[in-house]
Amino acid sequence: METMPGNTSNSVNAIVDHLFRHESGKMVAVLTRIFGVHNLEMAEDVVQEAFLRATQSWVFNAVPDNPAAWLMQVAKNRAIDIIRRQQHCTRYSKELAHQLEQETANTVQQFFSEAEIADSQLRMIFACCHPALKEEDQVALTLKTVAGFGIAEIARALVTNEAVIQKRLYRARQLLKEENIVLEIPAGNELSRRLESVYTILYLLFNEGYNSGKADELIRRDLCAEAMRLCLLLSTHKAGNRPATFALLSLMCFHASRFESRVSETNDIILLPGQDRSKWNKELIHRGYYFLEKSSEGEELTIYHLESAIAAEHCLAPEFALTNWQRLLQLYDMLLAIKPTPQVLLNRAIVVAQLHSITAAIDEIKQIENIDHLLRTHYIFPAVLGDLYLRLGDHRQAQPLLHTAWRLTTSQAEKKLIAEKLERLATNNLN
Amino acid sequence: MKDFMFIFRGANEQYSMGPEEMQQHMQKWLAWVAALQNKKIYAGGHPLLPYGKTVQGKKPIVTDGPFAESKELVGGYFIIKATSMEEATEIAKDCPDLPLGGAVEVREVMPVE
Repeated sequence: METMPGNTSNSVNAIVDHLFRHESGKMVAVLTRIFGVHNLEMAEDVVQEAFLRATQSWVFNAVPDNPAAWLMQVAKNRAIDIIRRQQHCTRYSKELAHQLEQETANTVQQFFSEAEIADSQLRMIFACCHPALKEEDQVALTLKTVAGFGIAEIARALVTNEAVIQKRLYRARQLLKEENIVLEIPAGNELSRRLESVYTILYLLFNEGYNSGKADELIRRDLCAEAMRLCLLLSTHKAGNRPATFALLSLMCFHASRFESRVSETNDIILLPGQDRSKWNKELIHRGYYFLEKSSEGEELTIYHLESAIAAEHCLAPEFALTNWQRLLQLYDMLLAIKPTPQVLLNRAIVVAQLHSITAAIDEIKQIENIDHLLRTHYIFPAVLGDLYLRLGDHRQAQPLLHTAWRLTTSQAEKKLIAEKLERLATNNLN
Repeated sequence: MKDFMFIFRGANEQYSMGPEEMQQHMQKWLAWVAALQNKKIYAGGHPLLPYGKTVQGKKPIVTDGPFAESKELVGGYFIIKATSMEEATEIAKDCPDLPLGGAVEVREVMPVE
């Protein structure tokens, strides 16, 4: 709807950042709990309508004192309205109809309490991360329904086009219907299993924002912020306040603390050794330690515990040269025991290069299973190995690896980083 | 100073916007209105709800609409003070709905004694 003006002086800045996005997640969750997962699209339509109405009303009448409550109220009224209309389709006696209406209104009202809203959001996260869904669909659905991202934003964040996202969302919604998935918080072992996939998705969202140099800076920041917000929400709910949740949360805090220092003003990547540590966000580091401590209450030791401890070690070092590489190597060995992936082996090799020798690190990388394939297909492997050869002065080995890395990445910032190394090689060879 | 009526239509793209875009769009409207008020050229107006009826014919018939095309949908109007049609249309060019497929019809209000 177009919107009309009115008594709006001073209201321009009265609305908090991302209010619609955050309220969207809440409203969709509550309405889906009321209408059922098979009516997810109806819930989303009601939310869209609430925003359109807000746009008209607020511009014309001034922004209300509590915009979030205003939106919730519109959503609630609309929900009651829809149910009432459906009930009218079936004719009962006037007396029963009146009673039913009263009860509906009362029940719907209860779903809109603070605690129930949080509960519904959590149920929604669990539904989005249902194992029946493919991972890429889980990601798209979580971003859309829980994080309140628009189609265009999801496409930008995942560096794909809107049609692809539409297709994933369609497929995800169909599956939710076909599998009769209900909004619930699983119990017992099922809860632990489902939490695993929730962690995976939240970590993926965060990394997509933190690591991928492909998407633009603004949307990446939003991705990280959303992943952290949802993880925090999870940690405050009785179904989610577990050591692993706190470990993941602390890991996110440590990484996020370095957000400002890892790209230059000209959008170039600044690697760990070159980062200005005074730019690291102290508040986030403090929070990281706080959550890391909370994560140690219990027997559980997850990959998130270890990855967070590794990140904490970097935050502890006042400068790169003073990093406790010995301790890092221990942590990587522990991580390898539960997550024996090529990426972890590669990271461990980088520590070996600092602690022992570059040659030892190169040897370890060469022993990674399937390394020849990885060097041809995954940017990070030829990039790291090429850099190690470069530091060793072996330009003949470094050149083709760095060239492959340059070809493999789609990120402009990463391309630039590699190109600079290749240039250095070329000038050195001339001398 | 003359009165001009701005009639807002269309802006269909906002139906497919995500929450963040909607909020940013709204904030543009709030800023535009605040600017008009600061210049003291805003003289009132109203938003219109989307549904409506048309009454037509010698034997009046009531129909839904007109909704022949959704881009014809009028979202509301307001009254703006300007010295000329040219000045009024310049003001209308700042309407935040224009990039979203919206249109502003600018009409001079005839003064009546």
